[in-house]
Amino acid sequence: MSLSDTQKPSLKEWLLTDTPTSRRHARAASLYQAWLSLKSNHMAMLGLGILMLLVILAALASVLAPADPFVQDLALRLTPPIWQSDRDPGIEGYILGSDSLGRDILSRLLYGSRITLYIVTLVALMAPIVGLLVGTIAGYTGGWLDIVLMRITDIFLAFPRLILALAFVATLGAGIENAVLAISLTAWPPYARIARAETLTIRNSDYIHAVRLQGAGTMRIITKHIWPLCISSLVVRVTLDMAGIILAAAGLGFLGLGAQPPSPEWGAMISEGRKFILDHWWVATMPGLAIFTVSLAFNLLGDGLRDVLDPKDGAS
Amino acid sequence: MSKLLEVENLWVKFPTRTGVFDAVRGVSFSLGQERLGIVGESGSGKSMTGRAILRLIRPPGMVTADKMELEGVDLLGRSEREMRKVRGQQISMIMQDPKFSLNPVMRVGAQIMEAYRLHAKVSKKEAKLKTIAMLEAVAIRDPERVYRMYPHEVSGGMGQRIMIAMMLIPDPKIMIADEPTSALDVSVQMQVLEIMDKLVTDRGMGLIFISHDLNLVSSFCDRVLIMYAGRVVETLQADKLHEAEHPYTRGLLNSLPRLDAPKDRLDVLKRDPAWATDESVSG
Amino acid sequence: MSGIEIEGLNVWFGEYEERVDAVKGANLSVPKGGSFGLVGESGSGKSTILRAIMGLAPTWSGKIEILDKPVENPRGRDFYRAVQMVFQDPYASLHPRHSVDQVLSETLSLHGFTDIDKRISKLLDDVGLGPSFRFRYPHQLSGGQRQRVAIARALAPEPQILLLDEPTSALDVSVQAEILNLLTDLRAEHKLTYLMVSHDLAVVGHICQDIAVMQVGEIVETLGVEDMRAMRTKHPYTKHLLESSLQSAAG
Repeated sequence: MSLSDTQKPSLKEWLLTDTPTSRRHARAASLYQAWLSLKSNHMAMLGLGILMLLVILAALASVLAPADPFVQDLALRLTPPIWQSDRDPGIEGYILGSDSLGRDILSRLLYGSRITLYIVTLVALMAPIVGLLVGTIAGYTGGWLDIVLMRITDIFLAFPRLILALAFVATLGAGIENAVLAISLTAWPPYARIARAETLTIRNSDYIHAVRLQGAGTMRIITKHIWPLCISSLVVRVTLDMAGIILAAAGLGFLGLGAQPPSPEWGAMISEGRKFILDHWWVATMPGLAIFTVSLAFNLLGDGLRDVLDPKDGAS
Repeated sequence: MSKLLEVENLWVKFPTRTGVFDAVRGVSFSLGQERLGIVGESGSGKSMTGRAILRLIRPPGMVTADKMELEGVDLLGRSEREMRKVRGQQISMIMQDPKFSLNPVMRVGAQIMEAYRLHAKVSKKEAKLKTIAMLEAVAIRDPERVYRMYPHEVSGGMGQRIMIAMMLIPDPKIMIADEPTSALDVSVQMQVLEIMDKLVTDRGMGLIFISHDLNLVSSFCDRVLIMYAGRVVETLQADKLHEAEHPYTRGLLNSLPRLDAPKDRLDVLKRDPAWATDESVSG
Repeated sequence: MSGIEIEGLNVWFGEYEERVDAVKGANLSVPKGGSFGLVGESGSGKSTILRAIMGLAPTWSGKIEILDKPVENPRGRDFYRAVQMVFQDPYASLHPRHSVDQVLSETLSLHGFTDIDKRISKLLDDVGLGPSFRFRYPHQLSGGQRQRVAIARALAPEPQILLLDEPTSALDVSVQAEILNLLTDLRAEHKLTYLMVSHDLAVVGHICQDIAVMQVGEIVETLGVEDMRAMRTKHPYTKHLLESSLQSAAG
C-alpha cells in the first residue's frame, strides 16, 4: 500500500504524496489530484479539448482565416461549401461557402469565436460573482437582510430571462457590452440561490463555529471560509450554464439586439442566414454547428467538473 | 451443529490510483445457529465482510472467495437477480442508523408490510396482522399507533426496533447486524440487544454481529472474530475474551478507561506491522 | 478563584408555542484548574450548556461567570483567548479545504500573535504531531490526527479553560486512549481547567474530578468521582446510568 522510500521521489510521486512538506507542495499536490480525476473522465476531456481548440483558434484567427471576414464580394455571394454537389460546385478558397454578401463563412466563424469567448468570459466573471456575494451574505447573516436580498433575487427570477434581457437592451441600446450586461443581469439569481443554499448548510457546521470561537468577523468567515466551499459548485453550475449563455447571446444577436451587422457574431450570422435557409442551408447551419459544438463542450466539461469538485462526493 | 454459512478465503479489493487496496484479506469462518461477533476498529474490514456476504460491494470493488455457501448452496456464482431473493428472505441486514434505512415519506407499517409482501404472497389484511404482531414482538407497546407513524416521529431506539421487525418478518436464516446499537444511548442499547437476542434464539437463526465495542460483543455473542487490517487476528469464545492472547486484542482491552479500575494513564496500543501481514486465522 | 460559575442557566430554542427548553435552571461551579464532567443521554442538554458558555446558543438566561467575571454578550476577543472548545466530531470541525498550517496560522493571527511559524511548530509538538503534518489537508489525516489538530487549534490562543464536547466519541478505542492521555498531559502542563461533556461514564470518570448527571435539561445530581466509582448516588437516574454502563463494560 505504501510507496517505498527510494532515494529521490519522481515528480509524480512528489505530487501524489500524502505528506506534503510546504505550502506550495500541498497546493500543487491537491491540484494534481483533481487533475487526475478530471483526466479519467473522457467526456470531460473531450469538452476541455474542444474549448482549448476554440481558444487557440480565436487567438490565431488572423493567421488562420483564409480571408478578411468583412470583405464583400457580391459576385461570389452564397457560394456553397467546397464539398457541395457538382450541380452547384463550390469555389476554391471558400471552404465553408460564403454568405449573402460574399463574405467567407469560415473566416467569419473564426473571428466570431473571439466575440463568443469575450461574451462568455464577461458573463462568467459578472453573474456568478454577483450571485456569490448576494447568496453568501444573505445565507450567512440571515434575518431581514436575507429576506430583502432573497426577495430581490426572486423578482429577477420571476421575469422570463430573454424578455428581461430584451427590455434591458432596448433601453440601453443594442451592442455586445449591453448584451453581456443584460445576460448577466438575468443570470445571477440562480447563482445567488445556490450560494445561499450552500451557505445555509455550511454556516452551522462545526468548523465555522470553531473559527467564530477564534473571534473571526463575519466578512472574514464569508470570504475565507464559506466562499472556497461555494465556489466549486458555482464553477460547475457556470460551465453547465455556459451553453445557455452562448445561446442567449446568440438569441440576442439573432434578434438584432446583440452584436451589430458587420460583426461576425455567431447568432447574428444565423439571423442573416435565416432568409436563405431553404435554398442556401450552409449560411445558417455553419454558425449553428459552431454554437452547438461549443455549448456541448461546455456541458461535457461541466459534468466532469461536477464529479471532481462536488464536495458531497467525499473530501478528496 | 449444522453450518448455515461457510466462508473460505474471502477477499474484497478496491483498485485505487496507487494500486489495489485490500479491504478484506483472506477471511474464513463458518456460522451455525449461533451469535458470531466480528470486532475491529474502523478500517479493519468488518463491515466490508458483512456486505461482501450479501454481495453488496459496488464496482469497482471486487469480491473473491474460495467458498461462500449458504446451507451448502453457492452464493458467489448467483446472478444479481437471484441475490435479490437471498437478501431479505434468507439473509437480512440491519444497519447502524435507522434514520437512514427507513424511507422518510412512508408510514412505518406500510414499509414493514411491503417488505413482507415482497417475499410472501399474502393478502393485505393478513400482512397487516402479521406486521402488528411483529411490532409487538419487538416490544413496541402500542403497535397500532406506531403502525401509522412516520419514521421521523419515532425515537432512535424505537426506529432500530422497527428495523429489526422489518428484517425479521420474512423469517431469514441469517441476520447480519452492522453496529445496530452504536447510534443509541446505553440504556436503550441493552433493551434493543435483548429483543434481538430473544428473537434470534427463538427462531434458531444465525446472527453476525458487527461492532467496534469488544465488551458489548463479548457479553452478547457466543463467539468473536477479531479483525485487524482486513484479516482475522484471533477467534475466541466470547466468555473467554479476557483470556485473549493476541497483543492487538489485549491492547484494545487495556486501552479502555474503566470506572472500577481507575489509572492515571491509559495503555496505548502499540501497533506491530506484523499483525497486518500475518496469515488470517480461520473461525 | 473560580474557573466557571453557572447559576440558574436556562437555554431554549424557538419562541412561544414552539419553544423547546434545552437546559432548565442548571447550576455548576468549576474551580480554576479543576476538571468537571457533564454526563447524560442524547438530548439531555449537556452539549447545549457548552454552547451557551461559548455564545453559540441564541437564547439563554441566568448567570455565567468565567474567571470571576460575567461574560459579555456578544463574547469579546478576550473571552475567546481565555476559553476554547474542542468539538465532538473531528471530521466536521476542520474546514475541508484548509491545511493544518492554514487552520493554525489563521487562529494565531486572529489572536494577534506575530511569531506564527515558531508557535505552529510548538503547537504541533504539544499535541504529538510532528512538523510533517503541517501542510496536510484534513482528508490526509486519520480521525485521531484530526482531533489532535482540533486540540492544537483550541490551544493556540493559550486559553485557561478548555470545553470538551465528547472529544473521543467519534474515535476508535485505541485512539481514544491516546487522546485522553494527551488531554491529561496537556492539563498538567498548561494548568488548564476542563469542562467535559460525554455520554461515556468511564471516559468522564477518567478525566474529571466532579461529575454532574443531566436528564432532560436538568442537572439531577452532582457528585465526586470517588462517590461515582463506589456507586454512592442519591438519584435513581444516576444509579441507572452507572448500572447500564458497568453492565456493558463488565461483560
